Amino acid sequence: MSEKRSLVIIGSGPSGYTAALYAARAQLELTLFAGYQSGGQLMWTTDIENFPGFVQGVAGPQLMSDMRAQAERFGAQIRDEYVTAVDFSQRPFKIWNTLPDDVDPEAMTKASAEELQAITARVKKLEPAIEAQSVIISTGASSIMLNIPGEQKFFGHGVSTCAVCDAAFYKEKDTYVVGGGDSAMEDTLALTKFAKSVTVVHRREAFKASKIMQDRVLNNPKVKVLWNSAVTKVNGEDKVTGITISDLKNQTSWEVPTDGLFVAIGHTPMTTIFKDQVLLDEHGYVVTRQSHSHLGVEAAQAALDEKKLVAYPSMTSVEGVFAAGDVVDVRYKQAITAAAQGCSAALDAEKWLEALPTQ
Amino acid sequence: MNDTQAATQQSHAPHFSTADFDQQLKDAGDKPVMVDFYADWCGPCKLAAPIIDRLSGEYADKAVIAKLDTDEDNEIAAKYGIQSIPTVIMFKNGQEVNRKIGFPGEPVYRQMLEKAIAA
Repeated sequence: MSEKRSLVIIGSGPSGYTAALYAARAQLELTLFAGYQSGGQLMWTTDIENFPGFVQGVAGPQLMSDMRAQAERFGAQIRDEYVTAVDFSQRPFKIWNTLPDDVDPEAMTKASAEELQAITARVKKLEPAIEAQSVIISTGASSIMLNIPGEQKFFGHGVSTCAVCDAAFYKEKDTYVVGGGDSAMEDTLALTKFAKSVTVVHRREAFKASKIMQDRVLNNPKVKVLWNSAVTKVNGEDKVTGITISDLKNQTSWEVPTDGLFVAIGHTPMTTIFKDQVLLDEHGYVVTRQSHSHLGVEAAQAALDEKKLVAYPSMTSVEGVFAAGDVVDVRYKQAITAAAQGCSAALDAEKWLEALPTQ
Repeated sequence: MNDTQAATQQSHAPHFSTADFDQQLKDAGDKPVMVDFYADWCGPCKLAAPIIDRLSGEYADKAVIAKLDTDEDNEIAAKYGIQSIPTVIMFKNGQEVNRKIGFPGEPVYRQMLEKAIAA
């Protein structure tokens, strides 16, 4: 028999945990599925300096374990399991958390979108784990890879997406970072503490990162920047020994020796299991009535109530399914904006559940 | 306290160091030895740690499960070519038989153990 819950939250970053905190305090019967890699993107960072309330900054993993503990303190049930399939076609919504025995347990993070859809179709033939009256999607986003030759082969052998974790293995080495946003800046700064040199390779003529992070990077004597350039190949035998760089303006390319390539080119929303379940935009973001896109504006228009206010702003295209955080956010993608959206989604879900006719 | 916390409190995986690493592999005989290479500053390592602790209790009869702080014992980490953490290496009879880079979740560690025990 499937368990019955008022609310299921899928995802364990700042939005999921904040939603769980609010929903638990509203005494909703809730389960949060945290996945194996619980805590979200902040688990891959060091000091968070822009989360209000922490004067001296706070370590990302610490902030996330505290958010989790705070939600648990008010009774949120948190399970370190992945949701492997959902059926939102009728209420109660069905949620699965198992994989067939012959499927790689890492499939949820490693399989391609096509493979994952095939797996999900098989999962749905099993008994669902939970039946939920409402759902909050807060699965966040995962790192985009470069998809260049050698990248996958050398992952963990010189190719990394976590400079904060791996910088210390590059003592006195020459290293490269690809990207131009805040996470590329943080990776670069983490590496400068150990590496002999850090070269940032960026496609454009200027960084997208916040001014303060850019200044720290550009003023660091160990850092060089290659503008208008891309890494096109990773070279080596057992581990990375070099990379190929292309100048995007004059179309030349050349090889450089290096021991480490750190990829920080951005993130993509994790919504494969929600395809065909809720409306997604052309980039895979979940659309809610507060999405900063034409689809969001249209959804908000259609949801205006008699007072000309948008009803349940965090609701997706499916009644009773809400979404929050980087899985929705096409613009800001900050821990604090994700947490705020998690709060909105929990308040919306609470209010919506209250208005449900009792069964 | 939930079951997970209770189990974690019951068992703590031992730490191997540069000084005793080779001896530890020898002492294990033909039991599989699973070593979690980690560091304190690494977020994903913090996810792996309680699972390694729990498995070390659960598999106490069948395998040796230990941790190695790559910060303190960087010679061993370098010897095994660790460039990314967490990395879990499975040894049998002193030889590496399997390796997992990054935190893959508990089921993968269980699979690795079952495979090494059955081999």
